[in-house]
Amino acid sequence: MTDATLQPPFRAAAGANSNRMIMVLLGVALVAALALPWYVIEDGFWSGEWLLDGYPLDSSYAPLIFLIAQGQKLWLAPLIGFAALPLLALRRHRSEPVYAKLLLTAGIGGLGWLALQGFSIGIRGWQFGALEAAFGPLGDRQFGLGYGALLISAVFVVYIGMGMAARGAVGGDVFVVSAIGFVIALVGIFIFFPILQMLQGAVRAEDGAYSLSIFTDKFFHRNIWGLGCLSANVSCGVAWNSLLLGVVVGGATTALGLVFALVATRSGFRYGRILRALTVLPIITPPFVIGLAIILLFGLSGTVTQFAADLFGLTPTRWVYGLPGIVMAQMLAYTPIAFLVLIGVVEGVSPAMEEAAQTLRADRWTTFRTITWPLMRPGLANAFLLGFIESMADFGNPLVLGGNYNVLSTEIFFSIVGAQNDQARAAALAIVLLVFTLGAFFAQRRWLGNKSYAGNTGKGDGCAHPQMPRRLKVPVYAIAAFWCFMTLVIYGMIIYGGFVELWGLNNTLTVRHYSDAFGVGWNAGGLVWRGSAWDSFWTTLQIAAIAAPLTAMLGLVTAYLLVRQKFAGKDAFEFGTMLSFAIPGTVIGVSYILAFNVPPIELTATGAILVLCFIFRNMPVGVRAGIASMAQLDKSLDEASATLGANAWQTFSKVILPLLRPAILAAVVYSFVRAMTAISAVIFLVSAEYNMATSYIIGRVENNDYGLAIAYSTVLIFVMLAVVAALQLLILKGTKGRPRRA
Amino acid sequence: MTGTRIKSNAASVVFEGVSKIYGGSVTAVDDVSLTIEAGTLVTLLGPSGCGKTTTLRMIAGLEQVSKGRILIGGQDVTALPATDRDVSMVFQSYALFPHMSVGENVSYGLKLSGHDKAETAARMRAGLELVGLAGYDERLPSELSGGQQQRVAVARALVLEPQVLLFDEPLSNLDAKLRRQVREEIREIQQDLGLTVVYVTHDQEEALAVSDRIIVMRQARIAQMGTPRDLYEAPRNAFVADFIGEANLIDCEITARAGDSASVVIGSITLELDARGLGVGAAKLAVRPNRISLSRRARKNDMAVTIIKTTYVGNHMEYRVAAEFGELFVISSVVDQPLETGANVFLSFADTGPVLLPPAE
Repeated sequence: MTDATLQPPFRAAAGANSNRMIMVLLGVALVAALALPWYVIEDGFWSGEWLLDGYPLDSSYAPLIFLIAQGQKLWLAPLIGFAALPLLALRRHRSEPVYAKLLLTAGIGGLGWLALQGFSIGIRGWQFGALEAAFGPLGDRQFGLGYGALLISAVFVVYIGMGMAARGAVGGDVFVVSAIGFVIALVGIFIFFPILQMLQGAVRAEDGAYSLSIFTDKFFHRNIWGLGCLSANVSCGVAWNSLLLGVVVGGATTALGLVFALVATRSGFRYGRILRALTVLPIITPPFVIGLAIILLFGLSGTVTQFAADLFGLTPTRWVYGLPGIVMAQMLAYTPIAFLVLIGVVEGVSPAMEEAAQTLRADRWTTFRTITWPLMRPGLANAFLLGFIESMADFGNPLVLGGNYNVLSTEIFFSIVGAQNDQARAAALAIVLLVFTLGAFFAQRRWLGNKSYAGNTGKGDGCAHPQMPRRLKVPVYAIAAFWCFMTLVIYGMIIYGGFVELWGLNNTLTVRHYSDAFGVGWNAGGLVWRGSAWDSFWTTLQIAAIAAPLTAMLGLVTAYLLVRQKFAGKDAFEFGTMLSFAIPGTVIGVSYILAFNVPPIELTATGAILVLCFIFRNMPVGVRAGIASMAQLDKSLDEASATLGANAWQTFSKVILPLLRPAILAAVVYSFVRAMTAISAVIFLVSAEYNMATSYIIGRVENNDYGLAIAYSTVLIFVMLAVVAALQLLILKGTKGRPRRA
Repeated sequence: MTGTRIKSNAASVVFEGVSKIYGGSVTAVDDVSLTIEAGTLVTLLGPSGCGKTTTLRMIAGLEQVSKGRILIGGQDVTALPATDRDVSMVFQSYALFPHMSVGENVSYGLKLSGHDKAETAARMRAGLELVGLAGYDERLPSELSGGQQQRVAVARALVLEPQVLLFDEPLSNLDAKLRRQVREEIREIQQDLGLTVVYVTHDQEEALAVSDRIIVMRQARIAQMGTPRDLYEAPRNAFVADFIGEANLIDCEITARAGDSASVVIGSITLELDARGLGVGAAKLAVRPNRISLSRRARKNDMAVTIIKTTYVGNHMEYRVAAEFGELFVISSVVDQPLETGANVFLSFADTGPVLLPPAE
């Protein structure tokens, strides 16, 4: 049968499908408007108390339609119209221009109105004097948006996606366009909006008036930029302190990372796998724990200090508190990160190129100097900038070890909490810190974006890497051995320290700290979690467990859009999604407090703000994992799926996701672990009800309760070690018998 | 087996002034118009970067056209994405889904087209049987040889009974011996079912062997379209002459024309050849290496040449000879008494074979 006229030119009746989708969306919108509370609920949505407390009529809990029907909050009424507008598109085919127009009007109009009313009307009625003058006093007010509003917003985003897709954007695929819309909306609300709010906070005086001079006063203050330490005996500005710390730590970790990379690949060292295991350490260790161990060693009553005092009669001093201590702790903490970057770089230098150099009469040292080293340089710069950003952003170690050496991240914290409570100063400091880290981030992307030499030679050649020249090998081994020794001592200290009554003063062994923190008991009601740490421990597990899959999902969808789709503005999109990597946790913490303390989005003191903070802090990790593993999948798999009639969603769910299973698992576990160890942003966002393990430990440290802090840290480390080990097992099992080959 | 058979819904493909421009400046396909009849196998042939793969991907809907229209079965599909076009494709890498069994791979498109379970299974079996892989449906792609994977890819595309079936260099990942066999199988299936097939390759021998028609592309444009014999025996320009089978391109002069016949002077000899629409003046002569004979003895209308290189390649001899107008490449089937390097011999052209071409492009 070759009669072509009997066949339609396309496979599925696309019109019928999109009409069904509109019906589903209208249904979702109806549920959102009719069943879910419109505003945020003070006692928490998930507690369910609101169900028995006047729902659905009470205006605190009422869904949108109930509010309007009772004549309350009438400014919300247009939203119903926008949500229902696509009813008119039901009988239209998606190729008709009016179909796209209706959906776009509904989506953009709905979101626009939602934002407009949200920012115009707040807890005290009109938010702006001009509005009050124009319309008169409102006599009403509203709180933050709740789940009803959230769901309707999601529907509006999909409306926009469908409208744009009908106009042919990105191949006309609703899934892709909507996914882009969601990622943009989320990144906009939870990264850019808080940062903008913070910038605004920096120019606002305490009485709420705006003034640029306030900002310039704080921004150029002597405390930040003073150079007194060069001439007189006063401390320099915190910005210089941070910068010095960042440069020293960046340089030192890069050098150490290179040493380890060389040992692992170029020395015939047989235990490379053990070295790689070192890279797990910073992942499972809360950032300030190394600092605690340093205090146990070199503090006033530290082991080494007392030993030296006994042996040589040296008077114990507080020398370790300050730059030396922070540098030491950060070097121990971040060297494995540099190692992880540099091992790829060193391995990426093809042995064939070096062998070619050797056949051209270059001896081993010349080869290293003229071939290997220049090829590794971009990677080294990358590792340096990473170390710089990590060091600048670190909060835990400077807090524990800083002494009088103030850095930006801790200064931000002390500006907000404690006596000062100067939000404008915190914002100004945060801006300085942000400028530094973003500068490094830009530099990294601009200089190194296209400069990676690794893999330029095309196909890998199975040659073994040559050995280092001998005069390099000896010092490299020595340094690596010393670092490993220090790491062993540090972790030994941490485990041992949890069992010591009072470090340096009363060295009797005890399990008191563990029973104080994690004691359980029995009473008539059954098992009782007596220990003081249980609350924060369970909260941490819960928050991390909620955040991890969401982080992985958002990261992978973003990675899919970046790797597999072409659309206008993709570079800006990529930049926006990776940006949060360069925003220090303290900055995120401050900006979240400033942005989400008032309607329209009111999140402070909830568990949700912690979850959201983790999602957007760790999103770049998921994106990178997704990009790396998606690059392994041949693009023709997607294309084959498309030519077989699958749309982007079907391809994503049936082909890409199953093949990415190991990457998904890794992203989930990694986000989980990072959520458990994070401190910098968290410390601003915890509340009495939602306290996290790390901020609880920092609280103990501030009360000089080192024993409990260290015992708790040890437990966290072992919990996370178990989680990571379980992941490794799962991945091994999952990949068996399913070779990945395109 | 039971009633389910794979049918054909073959339809024609028409390009009307189609262009594809990447990033605003790189023109991959430049104002191409072509017609592919329903039920024929048409090859897109050309050197790498000529736009043949882009053309194929535009038929599939994997690339959107920048200008022009594409019609499949008389319907305008220009705006339809790959998902909605009734076109299937066999990829160079086969693109079998590694996490699905052979059966799941072949059923993938059937499920998405809304066939029920029984129908899907029946068609999947029929498809596998058609490519000679009945009973392999439980295997994973990684457990199959390269040739078998290729057949699975063909079955997966065939079972959808597409209006057009596309092949993107399907043989390039197979070893040389298997290539001949697989290309014959593809041709057989295409002819048995009466499919419309568009086939991309850079191998001119492969193109000559499988095609009803060949479209030779060069630098984003069509250089020539025609049957394999047309292209080989009557190339329209020097590029086609040289790309399809090798050719010696010799500068010559048309001195006189009488009807369809032209008198052509090359160095010291004169030939009478089909004028092919060329007038008096400079021209080029394309001569296949095997349409030149070398002899130790002088004959009428030949020229003296010197052999500068001799290569023995088993079933024939290859010579490079210096003539008064330049070097020529000659193939001789006389292997037993080869001519030696440096010998002065006499060269003559076969009566049919040399083709006149316009002087330059």
